[in-house]
Amino acid sequence: MKHIISALVENKPGVLAHVAGMFAARAFNIDSLAVGRTEDPKLSRMTIVVVGDDKVLEQVRKQLAKIVPVVKVQDFAGQPVVARDLMLIAISAPAEKRPEILSLIEMFKGKVVDIGQKLVMVEVSGPEEKIEAFIDVCKPYGIKNVVRTGTIAMPRQAKTEPD
Amino acid sequence: MEPNSGNSIEAIDESSLKIGAQIIVDTLLEQGVETMFGYPGGVVLPLFDRLYDAPIRFINPRHEQGGCHMADGYARASGKVGVVVATSGPGACNLTTGLATAMMDSVPIVALTGQVRTELIGNDAFQEADTTGITRPVTKYNCIVKRVEDLARTIREAFYIASTGRPGPVLVDLPVDVQVAKCRHDGSKQMDLPGYRVRTKGNARQISIAAAAINSSEQPVLYVGGGVISANASEELRQLTEKAHLPVTTTLLGLGSFDQRKPESLDMLGMHGAAYANYAVQECDLLIAVGARFDDRVTAKLKTFASNAKIIHIDIDPASISKNVRVDIPVVGDAKLILAELLERVEFRERKPWFKKIADWKKKYPFSYDRQAATIKPQYVIEELCRQTASEATITTGVGQNQMWTAQFYRFIKPRQLISSGGLGTMGFGLPAAIGAQVAMPDATVIDIDGDSSFNMTMTELATAVQYNLPIKVCILNNGYMGMVRQWQELFYNKRYSHSFLTNPDYATVARAIGTVGITVDKKADVPGAIKEMLAQKQPCVVDFKIEREENVWPMVPAGKSLDEMDGLDMLESLA
Ligand SMILES: Cc1ncc(C[n+]2csc(CCOP(=O)(O)OP(=O)(O)O)c2C)c(N)n1
Ligand SMILES: [Mg+2]
Repeated sequence: MKHIISALVENKPGVLAHVAGMFAARAFNIDSLAVGRTEDPKLSRMTIVVVGDDKVLEQVRKQLAKIVPVVKVQDFAGQPVVARDLMLIAISAPAEKRPEILSLIEMFKGKVVDIGQKLVMVEVSGPEEKIEAFIDVCKPYGIKNVVRTGTIAMPRQAKTEPD
Repeated sequence: MEPNSGNSIEAIDESSLKIGAQIIVDTLLEQGVETMFGYPGGVVLPLFDRLYDAPIRFINPRHEQGGCHMADGYARASGKVGVVVATSGPGACNLTTGLATAMMDSVPIVALTGQVRTELIGNDAFQEADTTGITRPVTKYNCIVKRVEDLARTIREAFYIASTGRPGPVLVDLPVDVQVAKCRHDGSKQMDLPGYRVRTKGNARQISIAAAAINSSEQPVLYVGGGVISANASEELRQLTEKAHLPVTTTLLGLGSFDQRKPESLDMLGMHGAAYANYAVQECDLLIAVGARFDDRVTAKLKTFASNAKIIHIDIDPASISKNVRVDIPVVGDAKLILAELLERVEFRERKPWFKKIADWKKKYPFSYDRQAATIKPQYVIEELCRQTASEATITTGVGQNQMWTAQFYRFIKPRQLISSGGLGTMGFGLPAAIGAQVAMPDATVIDIDGDSSFNMTMTELATAVQYNLPIKVCILNNGYMGMVRQWQELFYNKRYSHSFLTNPDYATVARAIGTVGITVDKKADVPGAIKEMLAQKQPCVVDFKIEREENVWPMVPAGKSLDEMDGLDMLESLA
């Protein structure tokens, strides 16, 4: 099962290497890893998507917490969270296909961020399944390039998604 | 780039400033360091200069690996933090085996390494190595200090992290420019470790549940590891076993936590453990693990390990709990505190049938060997050592058969008495560890019971013992083989002894060449006399025992088998 783990870490050199090295050394599988600053300049947030059974995940949490510069570890499994990926995708878009592609982009609430002779670059964000679905619908047109951030997540207050 | 405190520097009175190297030494003194081990080199010269007249005893090994094992032996013998220094690049790389050894066995060490100037880092400078990168997986924590203002705090934190919680090695990398940069050293004692918390007090509810389980158990076994020794909890363990009436087995690193002469002692368990310990664990209804981590050398086949038992696990490291074996009653915290609380809640219970069963196993399958043999049996040498030292010596070991025989035939009676590389199984550990232990305890009898091949790996450190007149004793159980490897080749590879023997030097001559006493023993009748002569020496002494060459360690749980599926029991039974 996939778990989203959120780790608050000290903003120090070597922390990312330590976390990544621990995952490799203990043969844990990382699906994605996103790192960014927080409102506190001394802390960063790592959001790690890990695949494994309960026993593996228990170890992941404990081993992460054991790393000295890791300040706090949360596992969002079983909690209502907002989880989002951001993707930039370049799709080949010859003039005759453009209206079709643009309507798809609109359906997915994507944003065209660059248009060239042959390609459009689109920014899409949302839950992972939405991102995957958008990739699928774009495949027939030809995908030139995909760049994704990996999941970031935050627990939600309300029980259900507003949209 | 100005590495020190920047613009304000001219405004400060020069006399209130200290260079980084002095701050390092001052912080070591603040942390109570009396002894350190280490080897100089270009980028640690500022630090060595400040050590020149510091009130710290300094021991130079012949190799940084030896230095790190010495710091380890010092720490295990004394309970204090061992300190080792090395230069950048090759010096730091040579520390890695020692750090990994200490990491696996949870030994508190602070390693200080020199590093090239901060502005050269990443440029493949002379003697540059990515020391923090290389040592990250083999340290509890490591870091590089890039500002002289951070030096004192970082070194203080290193000692705190190394010695608290589950202890372990911490490395601090020190670029040479930081060692010579100046700043004001105000003597404040602050630390900044928002991510480091240690839970020492056990959860009261969990402790009550554990006590209730103990009180209702008919067939309990205590399974004790090195954690009880590092927590200084042997006295609490003794009281608990007496009050609740519990049999005790220990891991290799747990030996000494419980007096092996007591009837409740089941000695060591595991792959080469006592048959009666392994049987008791497999048949118990309650396994009480304290400061142990269910290593595969202990559990054998995990699926069938103690399969009828409820398991209590007391450990300071939450990540140790339910890592290998599902635990029913976890208690996270300091073993000393938790055992003391348990003691309040347990009741005496006779458990006659259980103790009777254990006594029968003990009678049937004691550790044994052919006492009538004409050759020198290694077990005999160890028994004789134990007898002549009245079980009081501090023992270090190599790795292999020598280590297992020591665990089986020396009777350990007090904590910190056995110093052995358990988790990593580092050949070459015995001699430098003995030197470190002797430095910590100048008046103790410290004996390295070693294998010939293990001794070969670090025997150069004999010169260190000679230089500092450390009267360690080395007993080489010389079978002319990498005995444990040969045993596996005999049992599992059709006696094809592929590259498992070496041409050894004459060790007595080597000892003499290095400037000390060497004795060769090739007759059984000479064993007691040679040991007596060795123990009388006031200087280092090496005794080369030419033992039975193809003796094996029994019993043995072959790989993949359950803990009670031991080979060699017929032999033990027939010799009993
Ligand atoms: C540094 C290192 N290299 C290799 C090994 C693998 N190994 C384990 S025991 C052993 C043989 C040890 O021989 P010796 O020191 O003579 O001890 P004996 O088993 O003969 O008592 C070897 C090679 C090891 N444990 N450590
Ligand atoms: Mg040997």
